[in-house]
Amino acid sequence: MEFQAKELFAKHGVTTTLGVVAETAEEARAAAEEMGGVTVIKAQVKAGGRGKAGGVKIAKTADEAETHAGNILGMEIKGLTVNRVLVTPATPPVEEYYFSFLLDRTNRSHLCIVSVEGGVEIEEVAKTNPEAVRKINVDALEGVTPEKAAAIVDEAKFPAELRDQAIEMVQQLWTVYVEEDATLVEVNPLARLEGDKLEALDGKVSLDENASEVRHPEHAAFEIREEADALESKAKDKGLNYVKLDGEVGIIGNGAGLVMSTLDVVAYAGEKHGGVKPANFLDIGGGANAQVMADGLDVILNDEQVKSVFVNVFGGITACDEVASGIKGALEILGDAATKPLVVRLDGNNVEEGRRILDELDHPLVTQVDTMDGAADKAAELAHQA
Amino acid sequence: MSIYLNKDSRIIVQGMTGGMGAKHTTLMVQSGAQIVGGVNARKAGTTVELGGKELPVFGTVAEAMKETGADVSVAFVPPAFTKDACIEAIDAEIPLLVVITEGVPVQDTAEVVAYLEGRSTRMIGPNCPGIITPEESLAGITPHTIAGKGPVGLVSKSGTLTYQMMYELKDFGFSTAIGIGGDPIVGTTHIDALEAFEKDPETKAIVMIGEIGGDAEERAAAYIKDNVTKPVVGYVAGFTAPEGKTMGHAGAIVSGSSGTAQAKKEALEAAGVKVGKTPSETAALMREILQAL
Repeated sequence: MEFQAKELFAKHGVTTTLGVVAETAEEARAAAEEMGGVTVIKAQVKAGGRGKAGGVKIAKTADEAETHAGNILGMEIKGLTVNRVLVTPATPPVEEYYFSFLLDRTNRSHLCIVSVEGGVEIEEVAKTNPEAVRKINVDALEGVTPEKAAAIVDEAKFPAELRDQAIEMVQQLWTVYVEEDATLVEVNPLARLEGDKLEALDGKVSLDENASEVRHPEHAAFEIREEADALESKAKDKGLNYVKLDGEVGIIGNGAGLVMSTLDVVAYAGEKHGGVKPANFLDIGGGANAQVMADGLDVILNDEQVKSVFVNVFGGITACDEVASGIKGALEILGDAATKPLVVRLDGNNVEEGRRILDELDHPLVTQVDTMDGAADKAAELAHQA
Repeated sequence: MSIYLNKDSRIIVQGMTGGMGAKHTTLMVQSGAQIVGGVNARKAGTTVELGGKELPVFGTVAEAMKETGADVSVAFVPPAFTKDACIEAIDAEIPLLVVITEGVPVQDTAEVVAYLEGRSTRMIGPNCPGIITPEESLAGITPHTIAGKGPVGLVSKSGTLTYQMMYELKDFGFSTAIGIGGDPIVGTTHIDALEAFEKDPETKAIVMIGEIGGDAEERAAAYIKDNVTKPVVGYVAGFTAPEGKTMGHAGAIVSGSSGTAQAKKEALEAAGVKVGKTPSETAALMREILQAL
């Protein structure tokens, strides 16, 4: 969110105005009073197009700030409920620019995108005047040296009187990108204010989850949970890769590719069984043990929409006997609370032992099917019948 | 023939003494691959018995290569140390480096990929199942029992879909199956593998498996159109994935229409590639092609 991006900007010396985050209209009023003068009230959600959705308003007085905040708080922007607004002093820009560093998958490196024409409407500029949007490769080993920063600023044709400021800010933004392990650092608009001051008026930072895990424990503080589904939140607490969807067949599998493929196969099978759909994405990952399997089943069986569950595992790192033990363990813990049928398809690493465990368990809710298509069909059929 | 890996490949394992490293070194030894040693600076000079084989542990990749004649390294090191392990292997000029590790910071991978430029190492991964040339060698975690040798070359982002597709076509078998990894940046791309399969006389047809996100499949489609004469069958996972949701892999992100399974399917079909809607349908398309050969 914007206010979090600005915190990261400020941490690395980028000129920005942090403002005050308010969760109620009264807090927004108090902040506007404190600031005095004209303020901007901005919805804080992880989505673009906030202005167009009516989530950004100018307030001339504290009364207006309260009214606007009251209207914005609770509104939905792209399916996300606004739970907080950012109150900042209004600083009308003289000119608006666009600047970003991002991961460039195509060139397997980093990319700088910069334009001194238009800020907020960068997509429009890219269409109508592509020459004005400069894309500059950044070598992953060399990074942005002072010389590189100067080259970027010169190529973008920043006004001469802003050149030194711009060079400094480009280096600071690169520091944000590298030090925070971001995959995107965007300033939009990068504003030229009265008195030829450059300021990051709004921004967005996307962080690399892998890096946050490995070397940025402090990034955990940026995660705001209340927007997530309760089941997703529970899954996250258990370290599971889970996404809730709108459907009836619960899915557990190993490896993102196989799980996505399983969703597809279940959706096609569902067409023959009353249009049932996959209820979720859940990847137990490589090397999952019995506990992870049990945690996954626990999350899915708590989804009231779920009518049947399809466990699809092709063991590479993951051992099928661990998966089978996880299913067994989960069913033991759940006892009579387990009421939904499980269709299990195991293959790969230790498959004989896995199948044997489930054969021995001989649980009335568990059906083993040998093929992915057959198991998907069975799971869809059971969901439809339920 | 095969690509990148064959019966003469001599493999060392970086991180062989760790939990995952030991487990999969055992499986690689059992597959018949020539595992010749491991690397762990703190345990240099010792030996470890894995899969019934006494394997020497060396302090560095360079030393391991000198002592064993190794030409492949498989890395199971934790994500925080993966970059350094890769740089070490690249500096030692290992011809093939297979990085299994999941969760590597993407800026680290970007650095390693930039470092590879102009150097002699080919890197596969990270976050991948590695590479298998059935009945010859295995550098990675793919179960070696799924399928035998045959005419199909397989390249996939996803590990488990690699296994699934090998299983679906086990009656035909594979020249080489390579999982390139699902991260936003990887060392060996679909295009690299396609180029190698095109040149490999043993490979008669190619299966390419993609996933939603990025534009790697679209670029591969353009490459196939201009450079690949062998029949290619494609599969893209994630047709029913909702837009804007991240499904596990950093790479599997759909934003807007570009990068969707449908867009990838259309790009591949425009390049003359038959695309299946499911793994089994994809296998059926390949089966038709192989029977007509």
